[in-house]
Amino acid sequence: MNELIEVVDWSRAQFALTAMYHWLFVPLTLGLSVIVAIMETIYYRTGNERWKGLTKFWMSLFGINFACGVATGLILEFEFGTNWSNYSWFVGDIFGAPLAIEGIVAFFMEATFVAVMFFGWNKVSKGFHLASTWLTALGVSLSALWILVANAWMQYPVGMEFDPAQMRNVMTDFFAVALSPVAINKFFHAVFSGWTLAGIFVIGVSSWLLWRKRNISAAKSSLKIGAWVGLAGMLLTLFTGHGSAVEVSRVQPMKLAAMEGLYQGSVGADLIGVAVLKSNPEQTPDDPMLFSIDIPKGLSYLIYADGEHFVPGINDLIAGRSITAEGDTVYGLSYADKMALGRKARTALADYSKALEANDSNAIIAAEKEIKENFPYFGYGYLEKPEDAVPPVATTFYAFHIMVAVGGLLFAVLLLMLFASYCKTNVLEKSWLHIIGIFSIVLVWICSQAGWIVAEVGRQPWVIQDLMPTNAAISSIQSDSVQFTFWLFAVIFTALLIAEVSIMLRYISNASKTDIEKTR
Amino acid sequence: METLELLQAYWWLLIAVLGAALVFLLFVQGGQSMLYCKASDSERQLMVNSLGRKWEFTFTTLVVFGGAFFASFPLFYSTSFGGAYWLWMLILFSFVLQAVSYEFRRKKGNVYGTRTYDSFLMFNGLFGCVMLGVAVGMFFFGGAFTVQKANILEPGNPVISQWASSHGLEAMLCWKNLLLGFAVFFLARTMAALYFINNIGDEDAFIARMRKKVLVNGLIFAVLFVAFLVVLLLSGGYRADAQGNIVAEDYIYLHNLLNMWWLAVLLLAGVVAALYGIFTGAFTKSRAGIWFSGTGASAVVIVLFCIAGYAGTAYLPSTLDPASSLTLANSSSSLFTLKTMSIVSILVPFVLAYIVYVWSKMNAVQLTEKELESEHHKY
Repeated sequence: MNELIEVVDWSRAQFALTAMYHWLFVPLTLGLSVIVAIMETIYYRTGNERWKGLTKFWMSLFGINFACGVATGLILEFEFGTNWSNYSWFVGDIFGAPLAIEGIVAFFMEATFVAVMFFGWNKVSKGFHLASTWLTALGVSLSALWILVANAWMQYPVGMEFDPAQMRNVMTDFFAVALSPVAINKFFHAVFSGWTLAGIFVIGVSSWLLWRKRNISAAKSSLKIGAWVGLAGMLLTLFTGHGSAVEVSRVQPMKLAAMEGLYQGSVGADLIGVAVLKSNPEQTPDDPMLFSIDIPKGLSYLIYADGEHFVPGINDLIAGRSITAEGDTVYGLSYADKMALGRKARTALADYSKALEANDSNAIIAAEKEIKENFPYFGYGYLEKPEDAVPPVATTFYAFHIMVAVGGLLFAVLLLMLFASYCKTNVLEKSWLHIIGIFSIVLVWICSQAGWIVAEVGRQPWVIQDLMPTNAAISSIQSDSVQFTFWLFAVIFTALLIAEVSIMLRYISNASKTDIEKTR
Repeated sequence: METLELLQAYWWLLIAVLGAALVFLLFVQGGQSMLYCKASDSERQLMVNSLGRKWEFTFTTLVVFGGAFFASFPLFYSTSFGGAYWLWMLILFSFVLQAVSYEFRRKKGNVYGTRTYDSFLMFNGLFGCVMLGVAVGMFFFGGAFTVQKANILEPGNPVISQWASSHGLEAMLCWKNLLLGFAVFFLARTMAALYFINNIGDEDAFIARMRKKVLVNGLIFAVLFVAFLVVLLLSGGYRADAQGNIVAEDYIYLHNLLNMWWLAVLLLAGVVAALYGIFTGAFTKSRAGIWFSGTGASAVVIVLFCIAGYAGTAYLPSTLDPASSLTLANSSSSLFTLKTMSIVSILVPFVLAYIVYVWSKMNAVQLTEKELESEHHKY
């Protein structure tokens, strides 16, 4: 059992490492592809060569980043097989489809048109080149769509049923998978956050140029576009983020409770603005914070548009307790009940196998009925105690609040930058503004990473919500082997990140000494 | 044929076509393996930039190949990837290094220097080809695994597919797999030389050297491939009978080839086309050798996949427990998923059409030193 736990932990670490590195590069690709396409569109419409120069400048940065995203993405796809072998069989019938569609629809589009983007300036017409740039941006977003559909399905498994004969889940409704509200929210939230990140990146680099008083005209034009794209992205990220939180409350209430550090639910639950968790908050569930600044009834209002609505806490969910609109305390299934039902489903599945071997049709029908009734709790059958279904609260809580706080800060930065870029006074020449712009680059990446930590740590212990815990999803490999590959990838990804950052910095520095707006 | 069976066969064919496209596009890896061959700096630059405009196609095809396998035969994904861990990790590792090397190799501030990135490309050129060949070799010569779906009911040991503790190292050391691996490697080098002949202009001395490389690598490939084919056709394997029981059968691949005669014809046509491409590349002034060799090699790969998986053949035989061997029938996705994915596959011709269109536009003029000098984005 210890070996199993070690394999699970190292496999999780390896997947988390790959996903986090991947998400360092991908949001920039998502957003910068749009910004580059906008700049080229201006060039196409105005015929002004300075916009071609600007397009090429940002396109080069896009290219440097793109390669790292591609590299880490490859590992991510194959790790589902190499490290999560059981998962690949148990839900491969559903999960594999979006990955294949991603490849067929999106990856080839990216691969084909990105080559035209970089090498086609003198080989194809202006219109064809512009179309290729937009198609690359579209391909990047389509790629995000399908992988996020796959991810959303893990958090909200729909459109499928369990096939006991094959001991796996099979898809029954493709559109339920592809168009689930969780998937739609997740897709737009992730893609628009990429716009925000790229907008801030462009603002940051432009701020540096302004600070060094180089390529002032290029920097001002870029900053304006970065601010517009960033602000549009931020507003839409806020909107879809709210939608995501509402979906989480519906399909993953335990995650929401962890995000808010809410152990004891209440009618008219407060929304935490700033807080510090106690070291063992579960021991004082009524008062888990060292200190906090709350918005009274804010959580109930935000999630349910009703300041008096009951929001369940971690302990309520474990106990199956809730409070009705009339104020009555009612009990549904507790986690202990769900564990019993999950075990019942497992026993029924074993019975089904035996009945199948014995060709006992009555027993098959009885077992099938039992499995169907209890399958929604199948994953709980793997848990040893109800508390195993609680995600790491502190990590989820802090990641969520860091994301929200930094996001708020960046919203203000974007407004400020947009104001400055239109202001007739010389605000854009102020050093403090440049420093804010440059420093925002670090902040936006922290915000972006924190978002994914909330999504992925907050759903633990489930690899498929309620149906399969992480420790049942793994491959049969020695923990030493996974440990070795973890360190191998940690070294190589870090080395590549260092190289990418170094190349970008050098490129920006060298380009700043030339006329960026002059077409090369 | 039942609908499910038909769709399983259709998806296996699609995977075969993707595998064929991947082998064709491995000319990129073959070219990378030549980077340290005798060449001037400008020639090396031309080679890298010529390959660099195509590397994404190979990479994407590999990713789509994996995704299509996952969607259509998830038990293979689960068993082979999770089992032959070291083999797949080595393949992935080599492709990760490749993905950044083109973009980074000559960029200022790349920290590790151009030679490091070139050595990454070399590494991918060698190991990427050989290990992909080894992975395909397992389709015929098997892997040391068992599949017990009931394991999922055991919380302490829930994994369905269990592999021997060597986890793919045994496959990497199996001479039969390596025979195919090195055949793929020399095929990729041959194709790379043919690609350079096709894609690089104004370099007569370089092209002449490439024609020699076509001959040398082509001959080595031909010898290795014939040896592999002999070994394969003399090998036994497993087949699912009408009840789905796995039974051993001697000369199974020879039987498949004889029973599905159209595959034998395609194999022959593929070999002839590949050899003709090598001949035109080595001995004539034609620049079109790659299209003959590429088409021929692709046809051969499709045949290999078909005889590995059709007619109930176990395409991933288990050397530990024959009953665990994977066939199209026992490893595929459900009827619903295969149907859904088949509808999506209608897009494939459109995808191919725009790839061909863009490729032809971008390759209308051969790459020259002059063009490279004026290029803004170069590797």
